[in-house]
Amino acid sequence: MLGSGILKGLGVTAKNFAGSYHDPARMVTQEYPDTPVKLPEAYRNFPFLVTENATDPMGTLRCVACQICEKECPPQCIYIEKSKDKKPDATGKPQLYPAVFAIDTAVCMSCQLCVEVCPFDAIKMDQIFEVAATNRFAGLLLNREQLAKPNSYFHQLHPTDAAEVDGRLGAERKAAEEKARAAAAAKAAAPKPAAPAVTPAPKPAAGGPTP
Amino acid sequence: MSCSDQSGLDAELSAFGRPGGPTVRPVHDQFHGDLLEVSMGPQHPSTHGVFRMVVTLDGEQIVKLKPVFGYLHRNHEKIAENTSYLGSMPYTDRLDYLCSMSTNWAYALAVEKLSGQAVPDRAQYLRIIMAELTRLVNHSCLVGFLFNDLGTSFTPLLYAFREREKILDLFESLSGSRMMCNYQRFGGCRVDPSPEWLAAAQALVDGFPRFLDEYETMLTGNEIMLARTQGVGRLDPAHAVNAGITGPVLRASGVGYDLRKVDGYGFYPRFDFRVPVGEAGDTYDRYMMRILEMRESVKILQQAFRDLPAGPVMDPKAKLRGFRPKAGEAYGRLEGPKGELGFYLISDGSPNPWRYRVRPPSLINLTLLEEMCLGHTIADAVVILGSIDIVLGEVDR
Repeated sequence: MLGSGILKGLGVTAKNFAGSYHDPARMVTQEYPDTPVKLPEAYRNFPFLVTENATDPMGTLRCVACQICEKECPPQCIYIEKSKDKKPDATGKPQLYPAVFAIDTAVCMSCQLCVEVCPFDAIKMDQIFEVAATNRFAGLLLNREQLAKPNSYFHQLHPTDAAEVDGRLGAERKAAEEKARAAAAAKAAAPKPAAPAVTPAPKPAAGGPTP
Repeated sequence: MSCSDQSGLDAELSAFGRPGGPTVRPVHDQFHGDLLEVSMGPQHPSTHGVFRMVVTLDGEQIVKLKPVFGYLHRNHEKIAENTSYLGSMPYTDRLDYLCSMSTNWAYALAVEKLSGQAVPDRAQYLRIIMAELTRLVNHSCLVGFLFNDLGTSFTPLLYAFREREKILDLFESLSGSRMMCNYQRFGGCRVDPSPEWLAAAQALVDGFPRFLDEYETMLTGNEIMLARTQGVGRLDPAHAVNAGITGPVLRASGVGYDLRKVDGYGFYPRFDFRVPVGEAGDTYDRYMMRILEMRESVKILQQAFRDLPAGPVMDPKAKLRGFRPKAGEAYGRLEGPKGELGFYLISDGSPNPWRYRVRPPSLINLTLLEEMCLGHTIADAVVILGSIDIVLGEVDR
């Protein structure tokens, strides 16, 4: 019968219309600003820098200004300037730190390559998506003060990833401490043969430490 | 007035007054002024993006159609030649933004061919899972948009989007992004899905045929749809093969050419599935082709979930940074949801490709648009364009 296909189709529409009031499978609309969206753990948006200590964020940045992310970033939205001096990092080794670290979030395409290539677990993906600025240049260019977020924040966003990173860094720190202790013990055990070896080769004063 | 009449009239008119030509001005000259040239797009809602058609109309019939594209040109190939191999991966997401997973795979396939990189078994299965889920996303969206073009304002499209959103939620929980997945790497996949993810994906795939049945009840028998699509936009197989048309558009014309069978890339030879082939090559066949392919994709997905092996998802020898394939060339291609999607790379041993070329199925399938549209009305041209399935991000690159 001509028109039966149309009527069958309208039946489906009617079923969906009625279902949108009681059937959970058809009630898919989320009232977004009124009910907040639940983001999956893997969700990524813009990068942020991890700091160890929330009270001293600039002093405890994990970033050592190696500039790998700057080189790998496909749209080239990261800008880093190395520091002149060194500070101890998470494992206690003296390291450089970024004097300037800026990310232009207007250019960033949220690809996560910076996170993947970072050997120090210093840069991670944030989940803020309600971003707006009154100035499209300075307002979207985030400097290191705005980018730095404590490790606890990282734990809150990506708990699985953060636990894995903390375990790895903890093991590294322990290994470094043990190595230092072993070196100190070896030094204490054999101080005599080492002492004469140092004295005959004094460094010329003019050379000094390398800048 | 048909197309051939028009060219005859043109010849008569141009010969008028010349030696040997007609001495009396042709009487039907007045009809010549009836042709109307309409520029449709680039901001027209039914051209699926910034695509423009310059249509010459005789009344409502199309006499000539000139596709104009390039409004979304982003210099993709040149950017990729100045970026590292890895750095191009997130850009490939943005080619065909409905199917980033399969575009990623095509690029990874080309680079792996170039560098001789091995891929672990689990990653091969995961790639097939992602590619087939992408096919479900693309085809369900396409069918929804096709009905939008037919004038059924938004109801089928929103039902399709409801299903698509479930798959995109899966992509988001796995790769971190709904559409710009950036999931494949040279030598495997970026993250291993958890058992919960696989269970959720399995549940979705199990429920998908129910959605397809409902969808078909709603649409396939609809008399208005049959009247509008059957016999519209016919494409004969010889013409299609000649123009290099691939994908569902070619198969709708009756040519059973599917790279999953022909090339057998990845682990596809291990899977049992059929390639649907049409007969008439009209818009209706192209619609049915998508529905049937979705049913086959569900079969492939169920086999993949059943046989998914344990193991690493990344080859241990794979390098993320400092990737320098030796000098040479490679062409990696796969059966994308829209057709043969290929990446051609020439390496000179440096960290970035010397030449990078994309073979976009959308662009090449678009080349026969005029042949399909001639003689039909302008309202049909919109439907024919919808049935070809283009994404302007891929057409213009």
